[in-house]
Amino acid sequence: MKRHLLEADDLDRADATLVLDTAAQIEAALTGREVKKLPTLRGRTVVNLFYEDSTRTRISFELAAKRLSADVINFSAKGSSVSKGESLKDTALTLEAMGSDAIVIRHGASGAPHQLASWVRGSVVNAGDGTHEHPTQALLDAYTIRARLGRLEGVRVAVVGDVLHSRVARSNVRLLHTLGAEVTLVAPPTLLPVGVGSWPAEVSYDLDAVLPKADVVMMLRVQAERMNASYFPSAREYSRRYGLDARRMAALGDDAIVMHPGPMNRGMEIAAEVADSVRSTIVEQVGNGVSVRMAVLYLLLGGAPS
Amino acid sequence: MTSYLIKGARVLGGDPADLLVTDGRIAAVGESLSATGAEVVDATGLIALPGLVDLHTHLREPGREDAETVETGSRAAALGGFTAVHAMANTDPVADTAGVVEQVWRLGQEAGLVDVVPVGAVTVGLKGERLAELGAMADSAARVRVFSDDGICVSDPALMRRALEYVKAFDGVVAQHAEEPRLTVGAQMHEGDRSARLGLTGWPAAAEEAIIARDVLLAQHVGARLHVCHVSTAGSVEILRWAKARGVDVTAEVTPHHLLLTDACAEGYDPVFKVNPPLRTDEDVTALRAGLADGTIDCVATDHAPHAVEDKECEWAQARPGMLGLEQALAIVQDTMVETGLLDWAGVADRMSVRPAAIGRLSGHGRPIAPGEPANLVLLDPTARSVVDPAALASRSRNSPYTGRELPGRVVATFLRGVPTVLDGKATR
Repeated sequence: MKRHLLEADDLDRADATLVLDTAAQIEAALTGREVKKLPTLRGRTVVNLFYEDSTRTRISFELAAKRLSADVINFSAKGSSVSKGESLKDTALTLEAMGSDAIVIRHGASGAPHQLASWVRGSVVNAGDGTHEHPTQALLDAYTIRARLGRLEGVRVAVVGDVLHSRVARSNVRLLHTLGAEVTLVAPPTLLPVGVGSWPAEVSYDLDAVLPKADVVMMLRVQAERMNASYFPSAREYSRRYGLDARRMAALGDDAIVMHPGPMNRGMEIAAEVADSVRSTIVEQVGNGVSVRMAVLYLLLGGAPS
Repeated sequence: MTSYLIKGARVLGGDPADLLVTDGRIAAVGESLSATGAEVVDATGLIALPGLVDLHTHLREPGREDAETVETGSRAAALGGFTAVHAMANTDPVADTAGVVEQVWRLGQEAGLVDVVPVGAVTVGLKGERLAELGAMADSAARVRVFSDDGICVSDPALMRRALEYVKAFDGVVAQHAEEPRLTVGAQMHEGDRSARLGLTGWPAAAEEAIIARDVLLAQHVGARLHVCHVSTAGSVEILRWAKARGVDVTAEVTPHHLLLTDACAEGYDPVFKVNPPLRTDEDVTALRAGLADGTIDCVATDHAPHAVEDKECEWAQARPGMLGLEQALAIVQDTMVETGLLDWAGVADRMSVRPAAIGRLSGHGRPIAPGEPANLVLLDPTARSVVDPAALASRSRNSPYTGRELPGRVVATFLRGVPTVLDGKATR
């Protein structure tokens, strides 16, 4: 394993598989236990450095670190020195001076975790940077697929929605490719980046053509404000062409699953009856997120003081 | 005034000759010259070119003296072999009045290291709404002939047309920063495979090309001359080639960094490589070099853009665009154009001195190295090689994209009207 987890390509197939296997072991070790805690990272300090509001991801990382007995500090940009204009570099050096062993960073600017990694000695975990990557989301998605379908090799995954602005899509395309899955991106052409042709994925504009062949449908959040920038004419038209409703869900194979990284826009990209169906893994994804993040922190920090 | 006898210089890369410089002019060119009382400069193995002229420099004064001043930028220019630089108008306050351009011009005179030629803003405050007092700037002591809102495109087509027409009255030229702003909202880097993967908002080549295409048609329609700043794409070169073939009075510049670097530099998210227009692809670099070689692109201009550390040591999206260029421009041109066989030294003199001086209507620069001409000269050692150390730069800023890179050539001496501004590779003041 590399020292940092900045993007999905930091993991080769062996590393990625190790993370998933470790997460499975951690889950098994904690299942049925009254005290859901391992002593592995006792005395280590993990900082959650969040420049964007993200309750879901922050809580997941916080829980992961606490269950490994690490000391956890939550540093959010609001109400801190950051809101008084402190630079990312100064914040990084401050946290370093306080002895952080790992920094989990969520930032609105693509590449901020890369820069942070060049300024600190500890490990950096990217918890989502701009429209770049969100590697632990891809890991928990891969974990969820493997848990449900029993494999990743050859699994056909349709990633549907705002690929252009999605860090989840970027990480998933890379990681799922590394793990042997076959990804098809489905979106209106306006929501696919110029240059998507160089990605290890197929591209389609037609959701109905892709669904019957998909083992996994991963719906991406689509922000209604994209409509104002003319990425699509209206929320209704988007939903009609690219939303997953009960009718479309019926076209899926018997074992196919439906995923969503959350938070969902019910009625926009995903209908309520789909989100709440037995195919949906949305709640499992959240639970798996904690195990996978525990595995990442455990592997990066080596489990013992260095 | 001290006379200088420059011994054994290869004028424009030709055979060795001696140059006698007296009273600010070249008094004689020949073999085995001698002159009593003249200071001898041993130029054995050195190449003599006319002093370089930059059409595009940001000196940051007034307003951002923490990043650069007229004096520090002038010193960087002299060390780069320049004898004249055009100072862009996007200062604070903006150089959109006779008062500001005269201030910049006077600061340049006081520094005395290069001729600092102010560029006037096209529109008041660079806002793209109404014309600045272009005539007043032209008539001022600064004698402004180049007008530009550089940093921002004059995107309103009607306003651009009026600007092109209006400056004809005093033989001015509008230097356009070609960027259709509606196509580059939030843009961070060249739009292509790399921007898609890095998750940085793309700056499409078409946003530059669309404006150049529009402007060459406007320039032809009103019979005005147009200059295009920092051309960065293969498509732009094609449009310029087409326009010149049609007889449009258009000129264009390319920066050293666009001749050398590509969007691959963005991979590590180091904002020192953030620049506007952005670094493009290998294909674009090849087309730009070919365009400069065949004259479709008239000249090299540095777009020297100093930035304070805090404006670069931050998130890519927050960083200011731009990079240093004055001190390495000639080395980059040697590296990309001379050592590739695309230009000889006479060609370098043409693209870095003769043509930019002509575009800027500078009568005393870009002249032949011949008796009677102003002694604006640069002597360079083409065999030297050195690694760029930002701490050693004369610029007040450190945002060099060439840090740690080994580059060819060394400016040994620069003469401004017969006075050495650089000797033995060091600034004289």
